[in-house]
Amino acid sequence: MTGDAKRIVRQRRLSDMTQSIPIVEMKNISISFPGVKALDGVDFRLFPGEVHTLMGENGAGKSTLIKALTGVYKIDEGEILIAGAPRKLGGTAEAQAAGISTVYQEVNLCSNLSIGENVMLGHEIRGPFGINWSATFAAATEALEKLGLGHLDPRQTLSTLSLAMQQLVAISRAMVAKSKVLILDEPTSSLDANEVEGLFVVMRRLRDQGVAILFVSHFLDQVYAISDRLTVLRNGGYVGEYLTRDIERASLISKMIGKDIAALKSLDSEREAQDHVYTEEPLYKAVGIGRKGSVEPMDISLHRGEVVGLAGLLGSGRTELARLIYGVDKPDSGEIWLRGSKTDVSSPASGLAKKIAFSSENRRDEGIIRDLSVRENLVLAVQAKRGWARPLSRKEKDEIVSKYLVELNVRPADPDRPIKNLSGGNQQKVLLGRWLATKPDLLILDEPTRGIDVGAKAEIQEQVVALAGEGVSVVFISSELEEVVRLSDRIIVLKDHRKIAEIVNGPGVTAEAIVNTIAEEGISDAHADVHVGAAAEEAATS
Amino acid sequence: MTEKKPTLGILMDVIRRPYFWGIIAILLLLAVNVVKDPSYLSLSVSPATGNVVGNLIDILRAAAPIMMVAVGMCLVVATGGIDLSVGSIMVVAGAVSMEFLKNMDDSTSVGAALGAVGLALLIAAILGAVNGLLVSVVGLQPFISTLVIMLAGRGLAKVITSGQNTSASNDSFRWIANGYVVGLPVVFLLAVLIVIAVGLLVRRSALGLMIEAIGMDPKAARLAGINRRGLLITAYVASGLLAGVAGIFATASVMTVDVSRTGYQLELDAILAVVIGGTSLAGGKFNIVGSVVGAILIATLDKTVVFLGVSSSATPAFKAIVIVVLCLLQSQRVRALFNQRRSIGSSTPKKETLPA
Repeated sequence: MTGDAKRIVRQRRLSDMTQSIPIVEMKNISISFPGVKALDGVDFRLFPGEVHTLMGENGAGKSTLIKALTGVYKIDEGEILIAGAPRKLGGTAEAQAAGISTVYQEVNLCSNLSIGENVMLGHEIRGPFGINWSATFAAATEALEKLGLGHLDPRQTLSTLSLAMQQLVAISRAMVAKSKVLILDEPTSSLDANEVEGLFVVMRRLRDQGVAILFVSHFLDQVYAISDRLTVLRNGGYVGEYLTRDIERASLISKMIGKDIAALKSLDSEREAQDHVYTEEPLYKAVGIGRKGSVEPMDISLHRGEVVGLAGLLGSGRTELARLIYGVDKPDSGEIWLRGSKTDVSSPASGLAKKIAFSSENRRDEGIIRDLSVRENLVLAVQAKRGWARPLSRKEKDEIVSKYLVELNVRPADPDRPIKNLSGGNQQKVLLGRWLATKPDLLILDEPTRGIDVGAKAEIQEQVVALAGEGVSVVFISSELEEVVRLSDRIIVLKDHRKIAEIVNGPGVTAEAIVNTIAEEGISDAHADVHVGAAAEEAATS
Repeated sequence: MTEKKPTLGILMDVIRRPYFWGIIAILLLLAVNVVKDPSYLSLSVSPATGNVVGNLIDILRAAAPIMMVAVGMCLVVATGGIDLSVGSIMVVAGAVSMEFLKNMDDSTSVGAALGAVGLALLIAAILGAVNGLLVSVVGLQPFISTLVIMLAGRGLAKVITSGQNTSASNDSFRWIANGYVVGLPVVFLLAVLIVIAVGLLVRRSALGLMIEAIGMDPKAARLAGINRRGLLITAYVASGLLAGVAGIFATASVMTVDVSRTGYQLELDAILAVVIGGTSLAGGKFNIVGSVVGAILIATLDKTVVFLGVSSSATPAFKAIVIVVLCLLQSQRVRALFNQRRSIGSSTPKKETLPA
C-alpha cells in the first residue's frame, strides 16, 4: 500500500475534511412504501475527495437511500443539501444536473456502440456539419486517459470489453458529464481480484482529483481496502458513521446485523476435518464430460451427502461445468451415469426430471422472473416438473410457499408481492426455495451468496450444510474461496476450462493453498500433468 | 389494501382493469349511434322464428370471428411473439371447407358439414404448427415466420380454389353462422363457449403461468425446467386453430370464400383487440377477457362506421382515431393521473378469472 508519510497526510486530510462543506448532505431522510418504512430518519454526508461506503444487510435501505439521492424516489421527510444548498431532486436528470452520477452493478451502456460513443454520449463535439467524430473520439481518449485507460481504442465496440472494463468506461462517461459525486453500487460483485484492483486504482485517482465517491460492496476486504468512511444502516434506520480505520471488522459486522457474530463464526469450524468414505456408488458420475470451447473433457463424481466446491477464477469453466451437469448446455463428449445407470441430460427439463437442480449465478436474467409474484416464482420449477396438465392445487402451492418462506426466512413473507420488489438476498432465498421444492438429489448452486448481505449469506450457508446432512449432493460455486473451503467436503479446482486438481478438504486446505495451486499450475505445462496426477492420487487415497 | 370508502374502492378496482376503457368506448360508440337513431338499441323478437334481432345482435355476430383470432393472438403475444398469419389461415380454412362441400357428392348432409369443419381445422392447425416450428425449432423471429405464412396462406387459398371465389350450399354449415339457439345467434354462443373453454384450459391448468413465464423471461423459464419449445408450438397451434374457427364463421355466413377479402387484415384487428384488452405486446401477463372486450369494440366500431355512413375511404382514419384515444387512456401516465393518490406497486393485480 502507501508509505507511512503518505498515510499520515491522508489521515490529516480526513480529519480536516469534516470542517469543510459536504458535497452531499442528507438529513433525517424518511421514505415509506405501502406497509413498509424503507428509510427512517437516516443521515448521510459525503465530502469531496473521499470514498464513503454505505454498509448494511440487504433490505437495510442502501438502495433506497441511493435512489433518493439519484432522484428515483421522492423523499417523504428530510432534506437533501448539495454543496450546502437545499435541493429537490425530482428525477435522474435533475440529479445528473446536480453533478451526481451512478454506475450500477449491471452496466447501463449501449453495448453495440463504440467505447468512444458511449463515453461521449450526449456530449459529442459538434462542428459545422453535425458531429465531428474525430474530435469526439479524441475527447473520449482524453477522458479515458484521465483514468489511466489510454490504451483503449475508442472506436472499438463496447461489447468486446470485459464487464470490468465496461464499468470503467461507464465511470469515465460519468466524468465527462462533470460529475462531482460518483455512486458505485456494488461495482465489484462480478469482478475478479485483478479487475477489482484496477477499479480501485481508478477510484483512488478520482478521489485524489476531489470526486466524492459513494461505494457499496458486500466484500469486507474491499470495503477496508478502499473506503475512508463508512455509514451503517440497519432495517431502514441509521446506525452510525465511522472512519474506516477506527472500526474493527467484527464490530462492523455486529453493527450491520445487530447481533453477536459468534453464530457466524461457529460455522467456520463445521467442515474442517473430512472423513467421507466413498464406498457406495456415486450419485452422479461423468467420464470425459466436456463441450468444445467451454469445458475440456474431465471426470467428475458426486456423492450423496457431500458438498463439492468448484474453485477457480472467473471464466475458469466452473459455471460452464455446472451448466453441462444440469443440461443447460449439451455436453458434446463424455458419458454420464446417474444412480448407477447411464443417462443423458440434454435440457434443464430433463435435468429437473432426473432430480438435478441448478441455481444460476445470474439471478436477474436466469433466476427470478421479475414480474411474477413470490408465490409463482417459488412453485415454478415444481410445476414445470409436473407438466402444465397437472396443476398444483391451491393447497399444495400454499404448503410449498409457507414452508419455504418460513424455513428460509424470506422477508417480507408476503407471497403475493412481485419478486422484483424484494431485496437481492431475499430473491436468492426464494430461488433456493424454488429448487428445494423440487426435492433434488443433486443441487448445484452457482454463486448463491453473491451480492447479498452477511446475514442472508450465513443463512444460505447453513442451508447448504443442512442439505448435505439430509443426503443431498451439493455442488457449490463461489468466487469467495474462503467460503468454498469452509463449506466443501471436496474441492475441484478448475483453470482455463480444465480440471487441474481435486482436493479432499481437511485442516491443511486453505484458500491460499488453492490460490497457489491455480497460480503454480500456470508456470509450466510440463509440471501440470504431474500436479494433476498427484492431486488425483491424493483424492483416491483419502 | 384497506380502502376507507368501499364503494369507491370497488369503482377504482373496475377502473384499474385494463379493459375498462374498452368497455367505456363500446358504450360511447353505442351512444353515438343512439343519438343518430334513438331506436338503435331496440331489440325485437321476430314473430316468425322467435329469434332476437337488432343492431346489437348484428354486432355480436360480427364480433365472433374477431374474438376467435383475438384470443389466439392473446396467447401468442403472451409468449412474447406475434401471429401475423391469422387472417390468411382464416381464408385457407374457408377455402378448404368450401371446396370440400362443393366437391362432395352428398354435399348437403350434416356429415359433409362436419367433414368440412374437421378438414378446415386440421389444415389450420397444421399451418399453426408450421408457425410454431419455425419460431421454436428453427428459431426465426415470430414476426418473420408468421409473415411468411401470412403471404403463403393467401396464395395457398388461391391454389385450393383455383383463384375463384368458391361457393357451396349446406344448411348445417350455414347454420353455424346464421342459426339461432334460444333466440341468440349460434355463432356468438359458439364463440363464447370456445373462449370459456380456452380460458379454463389456460387458467385452471398451469399453461397460463408457464406461457407468462416464457413471455417474461425465456432464459429463466428454461432454467426452471419449462419446455419452451412445446409451449410455443402449443400457442401457435392454438392460434391457428382459433383462426380456422374464425375462417369457418366468416365463410359460413355467406357460404362463399372470397380469396382476397376473407380474413383480410384481420390480424391487425386481432392485435388491436389484444392491446385494447391490456395485454402488453412485450409478452408476459395476458388478459383473455380483455381481448374479448377488444374484439367486441372492434366489431362495434366497424358497424358504427357503416351506420354513420362514414365514407369507406375514411374508415381506417376513423378507426385509428378511436384506437389512439383508447391507447392514450390506457397509458401508464394517463392512468397515473386518474389514481394519483395510489402509490405505484401498492396493489397486487387480481388474477383474472373468466365468467364461468
